[in-house]
Amino acid sequence: MSYAVETTNLSKRYGRTWALQDCSLALPTRRVAALVGPNGAGKTTFLHLAAGWLPPTSGRVQVFNQNPSTQLKAVLPRIGFVAQDHPLYRSFTVEDLLTFGRRLNPRWDDRLARARMQMLGVPLKRRAGQLSGGQQAQVALMLALAKRPDLLLLDEPLASLDPLARREFLRTLLDATVESGLTVLLSSHNISDLERVCDYLIILSASYVQLEGDIQEIQRTHKRLIGPHQESEAIASVHTVIETSQTARQTTLLVRTNGPLFAPSWEVQEVSLEDIVLAYLSQQAAEHLSSAPSPRTHNGMEVVQ
Amino acid sequence: MIEFHLDTHSGVAPYLQIVQQVKQALRLGLLEVGDQLPTVREVVAQMAINPNTVLKAYRELDHEGLVTSRPGQGTFVQRSLAGPSLTSQAALRRSLVHWLHSAREAGLEEESILALFLSTFQDTQKEETA
Repeated sequence: MSYAVETTNLSKRYGRTWALQDCSLALPTRRVAALVGPNGAGKTTFLHLAAGWLPPTSGRVQVFNQNPSTQLKAVLPRIGFVAQDHPLYRSFTVEDLLTFGRRLNPRWDDRLARARMQMLGVPLKRRAGQLSGGQQAQVALMLALAKRPDLLLLDEPLASLDPLARREFLRTLLDATVESGLTVLLSSHNISDLERVCDYLIILSASYVQLEGDIQEIQRTHKRLIGPHQESEAIASVHTVIETSQTARQTTLLVRTNGPLFAPSWEVQEVSLEDIVLAYLSQQAAEHLSSAPSPRTHNGMEVVQ
Repeated sequence: MIEFHLDTHSGVAPYLQIVQQVKQALRLGLLEVGDQLPTVREVVAQMAINPNTVLKAYRELDHEGLVTSRPGQGTFVQRSLAGPSLTSQAALRRSLVHWLHSAREAGLEEESILALFLSTFQDTQKEETA
């Protein structure tokens, strides 16, 4: 399998604060991957490291087997980046932005960019600052796609969009992945749309990778079990318990199964992707409250597959 | 041509929803042998859904022998699920309507009718498999 982004113990520190620690993951090509986690989890830092904007403090990041911060000339033409809030040069007209893109990018597809602008009804003579929020997002995405990137990085692309603009944005994005070799990595703290849009998930929380993998595989291996208190230890000895809640009569477990599940006295339920993500994130939050984080012995790393 | 729709709260995997919707259309005769399914690009544009999800659904249908993919042309219905039952459905429907009338006359409410139908249906299934 070939990978678009591979990291090994990737870490980044700002002053005395670790923004990202011991992050090891491998994102296969042609995936639409979601990088999810709460604010401050290190999502933006991760994307900036992958784009070569920042050098790592320690560890390694590779994009298509090359180091983005030292082999910038080779890697940069292959990466499209849409930063948070889709920043554009506000006083430039859309036409100016297209000219700008064409002159700076060797693989620029001007025909694609213009056709798309026309389809979306974005006037080329209008200044970027005068476009609606949804249109600005579409223009920023189009500029990134017209570069013909092999890897598209998007930082919270959906955060500021209304539901209709969101849907339109996703249409443009997903259409670009049909019959192309494009790999997409988008960060989001909103997980509601991800199941239909993404096929790969990376959960980042408190500067660690909590879970990484194919979304269908993740859904297949995570179950909710409802059953008697006394048998929960037997379950926990074989499978990984992510979340536990108890009432007087029963215990509810959210587990990641490590092999076949044999639990005759338990009711087994499917879990939605949203619930899986929330379980990982709240597990992290709970650990944070109970103990001061000591990075090198942190048990969250067991979860990385 | 059929159009898919996605229920994001059903808990059913998106690819499975597409598989089920194609099968339902085959059963009802809305899709017939030789009909073309929407292209992956068309489904993506219509639903804003991951193309791999559509591909997976079409592969599954192909695997079951219901559709076949011709490279460069598209995906076509290979086998119908309607079969000969489609012709007898009209007659069955008439007797079901008749039965429903007598159930209402007997004073059964909507939910009781449904419960009776379902429990009878399940009982006969058990008998057949036993």
